[in-house]
Amino acid sequence: MDEQRRVRLERLRWHCRRALLELDIVFQRFWARGEELTDNDEAALEKLLAMEDHDLWYLVSGRTGTDDPQLTSMVERLCRS
Amino acid sequence: MSITVRTFDAVIVGAGGAGLRAAIQLSESGFKTAVLTKVFPTRSHTVAAQGGVAASLGNSEEDHWHWHMYDTVKGSDWLGDQDAIEFMCRKANECVIELEHYGMPFDRTDAGKIYQRPFGGHMSNFGEKPVRRSCAAADRTGHAMLHAMYQRNVKANTQFFVEWMALDLIRDADGEVLGVTAMDMETGEIVAFHSKVTIFATGGAGRIYYSSTNAFINTGDGLGMAARAGVPLEDMEFWQFHPTGVAGAGVLITEGVRGEGGILRNSQGERFMERYAPNAKDLASRDVVSRAMTTEINEGRGCGPHQDFVLLDITHLDPATIMKRLPGIREIAIQFAGVDPIKEPIPVVPTAHYQMGGIPTNYYGQVVVPQGNSKAAVVPGFYAAGECACASVHGANRLGTNSLLDLLVFGKSAGETAVEELKKSPKAHKPLPQGEIDRALARVNRIDTQTGGANVHETQLAMRRTMQKHAGVFRFADLLKEGVERISEVQKSALNTEIADKSKVFNTARVEALELENLIEVAVATMVSAEARKESRGAHVRDDAPDTAERPNGRDDENWLKHSLWYKEGNRLDYKAVKLTPLTVETIALKKRAY
Repeated sequence: MDEQRRVRLERLRWHCRRALLELDIVFQRFWARGEELTDNDEAALEKLLAMEDHDLWYLVSGRTGTDDPQLTSMVERLCRS
Repeated sequence: MSITVRTFDAVIVGAGGAGLRAAIQLSESGFKTAVLTKVFPTRSHTVAAQGGVAASLGNSEEDHWHWHMYDTVKGSDWLGDQDAIEFMCRKANECVIELEHYGMPFDRTDAGKIYQRPFGGHMSNFGEKPVRRSCAAADRTGHAMLHAMYQRNVKANTQFFVEWMALDLIRDADGEVLGVTAMDMETGEIVAFHSKVTIFATGGAGRIYYSSTNAFINTGDGLGMAARAGVPLEDMEFWQFHPTGVAGAGVLITEGVRGEGGILRNSQGERFMERYAPNAKDLASRDVVSRAMTTEINEGRGCGPHQDFVLLDITHLDPATIMKRLPGIREIAIQFAGVDPIKEPIPVVPTAHYQMGGIPTNYYGQVVVPQGNSKAAVVPGFYAAGECACASVHGANRLGTNSLLDLLVFGKSAGETAVEELKKSPKAHKPLPQGEIDRALARVNRIDTQTGGANVHETQLAMRRTMQKHAGVFRFADLLKEGVERISEVQKSALNTEIADKSKVFNTARVEALELENLIEVAVATMVSAEARKESRGAHVRDDAPDTAERPNGRDDENWLKHSLWYKEGNRLDYKAVKLTPLTVETIALKKRAY
């Protein structure tokens, strides 16, 4: 993996440190699965990580939904534990 | 080795509620203020606080700060300092109204006043009946509070250093604090933040426990830094546990589940709370339920392959009731326990929730330590507020909604005192001692170059399991004694870790190794302080200090009405008296804590 990509992924990984334990665990499980991330996946993850914690948790736990297909796919992957 | 030095009037470490509140005070007074934070301010753990903030506004019914003070002293099991508690309860209204003026969207009454709701332990007329004292913003009080205060700081030109990790305090030979060393995670660069005033607002260290409701960022960084700089940690044996965290995850299952008819069962399917609390059963108070659960597990009636949890059963409830009255619980159970609570019970364990102890301060927010004839000499230039500090207002047990109040009142107080100090003595910055900078550099260099060391995650897990088993919600003399030895062994590994990734730029492995070095200091302080305190008080409950006529609840005021002070150097303890004299009112006299 080139250095630029490593840094990008490490930054994403750090942004998964959240205010709510619920989200910390969801992201911990996600990274532990070692899934491949395309550029599109990274963009989707970045978009999700920019959300407020409560909104993100409601989305990930299925209490709310999204019309954005890019986000839907990433949320489904996050929920797979 | 020389490093970049950045100079400020004030440096605040941590951008949760306490840090942001302190920063407002300094920046609005015109002082050049830096706030260092590992994560973006509105991602701080204050966000997780939902219950509200206590203040005797009396908007819904008659209330008085003196009644609030009484409840807080009683809740603390008389270990709280009564001067600090009076200060906090008297300041509550002012701090909440200020927050309202900052734009905090509190819930409203029809008349437009701040809506207030009742909360456990808050009573009117000195313990007579529940009172509406909690001010909330829907279920997002902490979140709304952080946003309001962050915006206020932006307006006041507070300078934020986001994704910076503070490494160590800088103290000179006179003991004065002159700032901190910190690492920019983006570049790996280590910088000295040179200041006249340093305020720690780094939050708690709940991650020392295997089962914890705390987010991953709560690694006790301020406590680790203070301990390494020779500052003792106060009352670290006192941790509040919540009875129902999802086993293996820690995520909270609200008390409302038992309120709606949820039943706790052991491996034999028995509703064991009937034996421990024949009247209240599953609705007994948090500490009673937590101890009963621990006893079931310790006596071999736990569930699962390791018999290490009990079950919270709501399968007998109407699914429509679960969906309607307990929103979110089903999602939590499915996501974190892998069970649908409509069909299967939820595995739960008592879970560490809040740290009552911390860096010793007075009610001005100044850090105080034993020195010469004084047990509370001010450390020049050093302040602390919020969960990382011990003022001490929570004593042996915190009341709900007093945590947000604590961070508002003492965040402001630390900021105000710092402003006064800066105005009083507008001296130049004292020179930075090179040895202190080298200390931080050496610590990072050790992690970068270590070979044949311990694995960070394995060591962290060993620490968390040791704490859960040996210093959990219900404590036993032999387990505590053994725990002191075990945690010392884990400490050796924690200070001898090795990381595979040696890169400088955005190296999260290095950050985690540094965080572990902070956590382990808190873990050792907790275990040693808990082993030494031979009574039961508040959240510290020992099997060998039971409830007797002579010592109600196992509390021993004759020998243990005192604060513990743990020092890293020599792994030793000292003690100081509890302040039983309030500022203006009479002492709230000792009596049995009963509800």
